[in-house]
Amino acid sequence: MEQKKWPETWREVTPGCIVFTPGSASTYKTGSWRAQKPVWDNSKCIKCGICYIFCPEACIHEDKNGYFYADLDYCKGCGICAHECWPQAIKMMEEEV
Amino acid sequence: MSIVQNFEVFVPKLIEKREFFSPGHRACQGCGEVVALRLVLKALGENAIISNATGCMEIISSAYPHTAWMHPYIHVAFENTAAVASGVEAALKALRRKGKISDRYVKSVGVAGDGGTADIGLQALSGAVERGHDMIFVCLDNEAYMNTGIQRSSQTPFMASTTTSPAGKVIPGQRTEKKNMPEIMVAHRALYVATACPSYPIDLINKVKKAKNTAGPSYLHILSVCPTGWRSPSNETMKLGRLAVETGIFPLYEVEKGKYRITWEVGKRRPVEDYLKIQGRFRHLTPEHIKQIQEKVDREYELLLNKVKYSKSWA
Repeated sequence: MEQKKWPETWREVTPGCIVFTPGSASTYKTGSWRAQKPVWDNSKCIKCGICYIFCPEACIHEDKNGYFYADLDYCKGCGICAHECWPQAIKMMEEEV
Repeated sequence: MSIVQNFEVFVPKLIEKREFFSPGHRACQGCGEVVALRLVLKALGENAIISNATGCMEIISSAYPHTAWMHPYIHVAFENTAAVASGVEAALKALRRKGKISDRYVKSVGVAGDGGTADIGLQALSGAVERGHDMIFVCLDNEAYMNTGIQRSSQTPFMASTTTSPAGKVIPGQRTEKKNMPEIMVAHRALYVATACPSYPIDLINKVKKAKNTAGPSYLHILSVCPTGWRSPSNETMKLGRLAVETGIFPLYEVEKGKYRITWEVGKRRPVEDYLKIQGRFRHLTPEHIKQIQEKVDREYELLLNKVKYSKSWA
């Protein structure tokens, strides 16, 4: 069952407020919460995946070369990845407006 | 099953790739509870039904037209998470017996915060574990009622300042000690009880897998750091979890049928000051207070080591 992004009237509210699309929170972009963004230096990266495992947003993905990148649509800029990275390949940079 | 999974090789890259908790949820920056939940769901795999109490994890994941969950999910009230999870398990059993659903094994999982486990949901949990349902109960312990604005719970540690146990000139914050929830569950004869922390992800995943393979009630107590409520920087979430384990404040152990085992050996414990001084909720502590906390932690750790030494499996 297809759901709208927001119900417009009370008639569109589903019975029991059931949500029919699993994982539909990903239509809501949290990237605008961010003040700093993580930037990867791939020459230092050892491809361990510790940034991927510790990301609370689940927004860090692996590219086809085995390096990691953050999906900036969702990244909230908490800085856990930069703090936990052993070889210090990740730096938090100020977001440019 | 790849060859790597047959050995005890722990590489973060080799854990489950599928995500069962979608991005776009509304957790605070640097939330440790979401990391814990994400790892728990990865370890559970797709064959699980989640009953989730009210609390941070419900608020952030299921704001009405959206949901962050990929599993079948039911939101229940604070006090009856374990009751609903046990009901789900009984219903699955009955439907399977009548041949109405496929023979696939599906685990019923209750997820609650520390308020939903140790304070409000305790009697339902006690009943569910006593009846011996085949379910996992996961307590994501962030040590206060964080989603309503940092009120004390029975899991708030000694001398922590919260909005309902504020630190003043006379009383230095919370006056009671943290209730030992895993111990209560061991006393209920839960088959598998473990404490875990998302700062040790492989350890956490192994414990969830062990609980999943236990045919009976199992209980997981997961310390999840809350930067908002603990008044700590958001990027030091994982460091705080590690310090809690290294200082002996939150030792990682598991209890299999009454037999205690420490899963993460800490050689020489660090002084508790290292853990306390980076948190704003312990900002008011004087050296005497820290000494008092150190004594309590030493005593608790000694008790745990005794249990490890003398406990026996009942099976």
